[in-house]
Amino acid sequence: MLLNMGPQHPSTHGVFRMVLWVDGEKIVDVEPHIGYLHRGSEKLCEGEQYHQVITLFDRLDYVANFNNELVYCQAVEKLMGLDVPERAEYIRVILCELNRIASHLLYVGTIGLDAGAMTPTMFAFRGRERIQALFEAVSGARMMHNYFRIGGVKEDLPGNFEQMMGELLPLLREDVEESDRILTFNEIFLSRLKDVGTISAEDAVDFGFTGPCLRGCGIEYDVRRAQPYSIYDRFDFDIPVGLDGDCWDRHWVRVQEMYESLKIVDQALEQMPAGEVVSSLGRRLIRPPAGEVYVRAENPRGEIGVHLISNGTDRPYRLKIRPPSFCNLSAIKHLLRNSWIADSVVILGSLDIVLGEVDR
Amino acid sequence: MLNSVKGMMLTLASTFTGLRKPVTRQYPTVPTPVQPRFMGFPALTWDDGVGEPYCTGCMVCIRNCPTQCMSASMMDNPLNEEGKSSRRKIVDYFEINLNRCILCGICVEVCNFDAIVMSHEHEMSTYQRNGDRVDLPALLDIGKKYQVNTAWIPPTVLAKAKKEAEDAAKAAAAAEASSGETAAAGQEAT
Repeated sequence: MLLNMGPQHPSTHGVFRMVLWVDGEKIVDVEPHIGYLHRGSEKLCEGEQYHQVITLFDRLDYVANFNNELVYCQAVEKLMGLDVPERAEYIRVILCELNRIASHLLYVGTIGLDAGAMTPTMFAFRGRERIQALFEAVSGARMMHNYFRIGGVKEDLPGNFEQMMGELLPLLREDVEESDRILTFNEIFLSRLKDVGTISAEDAVDFGFTGPCLRGCGIEYDVRRAQPYSIYDRFDFDIPVGLDGDCWDRHWVRVQEMYESLKIVDQALEQMPAGEVVSSLGRRLIRPPAGEVYVRAENPRGEIGVHLISNGTDRPYRLKIRPPSFCNLSAIKHLLRNSWIADSVVILGSLDIVLGEVDR
Repeated sequence: MLNSVKGMMLTLASTFTGLRKPVTRQYPTVPTPVQPRFMGFPALTWDDGVGEPYCTGCMVCIRNCPTQCMSASMMDNPLNEEGKSSRRKIVDYFEINLNRCILCGICVEVCNFDAIVMSHEHEMSTYQRNGDRVDLPALLDIGKKYQVNTAWIPPTVLAKAKKEAEDAAKAAAAAEASSGETAAAGQEAT
C-alpha cells in the first residue's frame, strides 16, 4: 500500500513529505521529498553584502540561530585575517551554548510528543522560553537575532547580564534535569525508542552523519574537540557517546550534551574578561580579499560547514553551506526500511531535522 | 509499572498541592512587557528642539536594507532657509513595507543622523492587503511614542558623552603620569 505522510503532518517537524510503501504494518520502501521550504538562501547570499548575509544565516537552522551566525562570521573573519576581541569570543560562546541547550530542549519536547508524552514538552518549552527571554534582553529578538558581527558582536551585553544569568542558570539546570528525569528512563519511552532505528557506526560515517546522531553510534567526534574553533580549547567538557546507535542513544547523547553546555557556560562566565566587543576593522564596509575558505563548526544538529569564495567585491561570489540536518536526513531510507509504521515518527524525530536547513 | 505510578504522583502533585506556579501568560488580554533592547518595527524619530524629523532622506538605510523594504526621497529644508534648523535637506517622503521588513536592525546601525529606531511596536495586523505599508506621518507617530516611552536619547549624543568622559579620564591619567615623570626627572637632575 502507498501511504503519504506530510508535508503537513505534525510529526515531520516542518514541511517534509515521505511516501511510504507499506506491507501491513511494515515499511517496504520510502521516498522522501524535500524542498517545500526552499528559499534559495545560497543564491540570495550572492546578492547581499557581507553584513547582510548574517540575516540569512539566522534563518537557516531557525532554532539554533547564534550557532549559524557564528560559523558565517568565522568564515569571513578567516578570509580577512580579522582578530576578534576576547570578550566578544566569550559572549559568542555563552550565547551559542545557551542556544544549543534551547535547541536540545525543543528536541526533547518534540521527541516526547512523537513518542506520545505530552508533559515533557511543556517543561522543556518553559526552559526554552527562559533562554529566549535572555536572548531578547541581549540581542533584541527572541529568534532572528542578527547580533553577531564580522569581527565581534553588535553591542556589549546589557548591564544586568550577570544578574540575569545568575537567575537563569539554576532554573535552567532544574528544567533540564526535570525533562531528563521524567522522560529519558521512562518505561514507555524506553520501549518506544530502544532498539529502534539502529544504525551501525560504519553506516553512519558513510552517510555523513555528524553531531549527536554520529555520537549516538559510539564515535567520539565533535568539531569543538577535533578541531577547536573560537575559544573552545579553553573549556573542560566531556563528549557524551552512545553505544548502539539507536533512537534512545541519540536522545541520551542530546540530554547529556545539555549538561555539558551548562558546564561550558559556567566556565565562560567565570573567565570572561572586560574590553572591546567588536574590532575596529569590522565597523567599515566589509570587502575581503579574493580567495576561498572552508570553515566548520559544531551546531546542535552536527557539523555545519561554510565554503565561502570571494572575488574581492562587497558581496560573496559563492557561498556553499554544508547543512548537518540534510546529511543526517539522507539516511532516512536506510533507517525506515523494514521498520514499523509507528516507529517512523520516532526515527524521524530522533534525527532532529530542521527543514529550514535541509531545504535552504 | 513503578514509573507509571511515579508519573501519576507528579501529575497529582502539580494538580492539587499547587507546588508549582503556572508560567503561562495570558498574552493577548494581558500585554507582555518587552525588553529595553527589543527590536520591533522600525520608526522615525522626531527632533523636538527644532520641530522636524531627524531624517534627512539620505537613503543610507535603504541601500543597506537586506530586503529593500523602504523607500524615501529628500527635499530642501524650509526651516533651514528660515534659519531655524541646521539641516539643509529634510525627508520628503518615506515609506516602509512592514510586511517585507525582517526586523534585523541594520538600518538603525548604519544611520548617521539618529533618525531611525527599532520601536517596541510589534502588533500590527491590518485588514487591508497594503495596510502594513506605513508612510512618514505614521512612522513619526510610532517614533514619538517610542521616544516618550523609553526616554530616548540620540545614540550619537550618548557616544559623544561617553567619549568625552573617556578622554577626560585619559587626560587625567596622562597628567598624573607626566607629573610623576617630571618629578622623577627632577630627582635625577638633583
